[in-house]
Amino acid sequence: MLTNKDLLGIKELSVEEINLILDTSAGFKDVLGRDIKKVPTLRGKTTVNLFFEPSTRTRTSFELAAKRLSTDVINFSVPTSSVVKGESLIDTALTVQALGADFIIIRHSSSGVPHLLAKKLRVSVINAGDGTNEHPTQALLDAFTIREKKGKIEGLEIAIVGDIAHSRVAKSNIYSLKKLGARLRLIGPPTLIPKEMEVMGIDIFHNMEDGLRDVDVLMMLRIQMERQGKGFFPSTEEYSRNWGLTLERLSLAKDEVIVMHPGPMNRGIEITSEIADGPRSVILEQVTNGLAVRMAVMYLLAGVKR
Amino acid sequence: MRILIKNGHIIDPSQGIDAIGDILIEDEKIKEINIQSKEQRAKSKKDSPPTHPSPSRGEGKGEGESLLSESRIIDAKGLYVLPGLIDMHVHFREPGFEYKETIKTGTMAAVKGGFTTVCCMPNTYPVNDNASVTEFIIRKAAQEGYCTVLPIGAITKGQKGKELAEIGTMINEGCIAFSDDGHPVMNSLIMRRALEYSKTFDVPVISHCEDLTLSEGGVMNEGLMSVTLGLGGIPPEAEQIMVFRDILLAELTGGRLHIAHVSTEGSVNLIRYAKKRGVNVTAETCPHYFSITEDAVKGFDSNAKVNPPLRTERDIKAIKEGLRDGTIDVIATDHAPHHRDEKLREFDMAPFGISGLETALSLSLRLVEEGILTMNQLVEKMVLSPSRILRLNKGTFKVGANADIAIVDINKEYRVESERFVSKGKNTPFEGWVLKGMCFLTICKGKVYEW
Repeated sequence: MLTNKDLLGIKELSVEEINLILDTSAGFKDVLGRDIKKVPTLRGKTTVNLFFEPSTRTRTSFELAAKRLSTDVINFSVPTSSVVKGESLIDTALTVQALGADFIIIRHSSSGVPHLLAKKLRVSVINAGDGTNEHPTQALLDAFTIREKKGKIEGLEIAIVGDIAHSRVAKSNIYSLKKLGARLRLIGPPTLIPKEMEVMGIDIFHNMEDGLRDVDVLMMLRIQMERQGKGFFPSTEEYSRNWGLTLERLSLAKDEVIVMHPGPMNRGIEITSEIADGPRSVILEQVTNGLAVRMAVMYLLAGVKR
Repeated sequence: MRILIKNGHIIDPSQGIDAIGDILIEDEKIKEINIQSKEQRAKSKKDSPPTHPSPSRGEGKGEGESLLSESRIIDAKGLYVLPGLIDMHVHFREPGFEYKETIKTGTMAAVKGGFTTVCCMPNTYPVNDNASVTEFIIRKAAQEGYCTVLPIGAITKGQKGKELAEIGTMINEGCIAFSDDGHPVMNSLIMRRALEYSKTFDVPVISHCEDLTLSEGGVMNEGLMSVTLGLGGIPPEAEQIMVFRDILLAELTGGRLHIAHVSTEGSVNLIRYAKKRGVNVTAETCPHYFSITEDAVKGFDSNAKVNPPLRTERDIKAIKEGLRDGTIDVIATDHAPHHRDEKLREFDMAPFGISGLETALSLSLRLVEEGILTMNQLVEKMVLSPSRILRLNKGTFKVGANADIAIVDINKEYRVESERFVSKGKNTPFEGWVLKGMCFLTICKGKVYEW
């Protein structure tokens, strides 16, 4: 059983809760492999996707997960809503709640927005990415994928490469993989890795070659184009030359290494196409697993005692 | 119109008084002060007091307020009798943002907190960068204010950091200091000119020290906590760079520099160094900077969003040491009231600020309880130093002085409930705290306020 009505972040979850979600996800993955992929579990419930930031894969994944569980789904996207008329976040959320929502899936560019809504609303709030804070379902689907591929997480050498400072995916993964017993390294330029991460007991590498040696799992992060020209790195070309993943660099990792990416990818910048489409890549499996994990999260939250 | 305050523990560092005694007020002035020696105290228990106004109470004009039309005796036995507190850093939002606070509600909060004089920052709308706005504030305060309000004018027109505002003209209308407040003068040449020009009038330039290029995008202290919460960080260096710049400019010009709301260990060290060099610099801190750390932001509580941001235990320790050794001269509130709806927003979008007037005294009294300051030193930080820095001639019980008095019960415990604040700003990170010591009664501008 989960203890909170909301999924705000990995920070807020215990190891037992993480494992419960992963175990439950395995069951839902079986459902997704069937001919009829829909279960009646949450029929009559309503899910609202409240996305204040553009998103294709996460929103679609949540929408499909909600539909597979037989809930009704409403997609609320900002440009067509009253937010453009100046409605406050809280009023928007209260309105959605008053319409009878049971789940609010929220994505917002400001950290802490899901926490604010969770405090003010009765419905279950699921964080689909808030600012540079967390993206818990991504970390859960990543953990699920690693566990599926490697059979375990404890003791694995896992490297996360790229813009750690601005990545909620990296943050949630750091919390979850640490809780699950992996050994973590972060690789990237000093401008993109907060030095405080070292205090958390994580190894930091600024040199790609040093960092890649003998890793079991490699998570590449998308380099956001808007970071260019802000002094984090001089150009995407220089970034790519230093921290892009090439076949040559990949050979430094363990032979059975798996390569992950939360998407969307910048092919040819942080990762070459040979690797993205190659045998070590599990990128598309991550997407499939995301559906199962999100179904598990909604299913478990629906069972939380109020 | 006489009041006799009997048997209180009178603290008046201006005259070196720290003893039990009586104060007689007549026509809003201190008429007489009688300090009892130990023998006299023993005697006075048997004898009747030296003066005998009838112990009747005037009829209240409003809640907790009575006119001094009649005489009364206030028994202050077991209570401290302090000169009314002076807060040299508040935001009253009028004109322009009356939904956040008005001069009326702000001064009401002030007297409730034991303050009888407050200095309001110029970031109103319009900005207090010209004599007509100054005149408006002074007039409004005279009509509706519960305590004395002294405006701080903007250093530059529109707080834009480009052209000096008419400092001399604003002084004629009643401004007592100058500051561009939360829009610090980034241009070093303009800041130099302000420090030079203000020497004509012997007024301090108050600097909110923040390198805006370094703090850009920041909403809390930079460190493990900001990384953990995914919130933009403001490193202590953003403050310290400007503290050092302004110290250097003060040394260059000989102008009078006052550093607002010191929040970091590094700033304390820089100011200590400057004072040792003989630079004309004074400094203030606020109760939140020696009471709570960045941990208060956990859970994204926007009531803990303040600029400069709440820092760390290490900084608190340094600030307390700075208060103890005299590096920091003043405790001010930086009272920054905001509307509930503004704080109930995305953390990034919520405005900076803490409503501080009604908790400042209790939080500062903790320093006395901890043994960091004596009661005398606390009164210096909250009364005498601001009076001296601003050349106010206030904060004393000398015969003939204005009767600005706060009677304080240092043992009274209470729970902070923002809903009971008289300030419109309910934004406090101290909600639910049990604090000790509160103002029991304030006398200001000829009126008595009791809570």
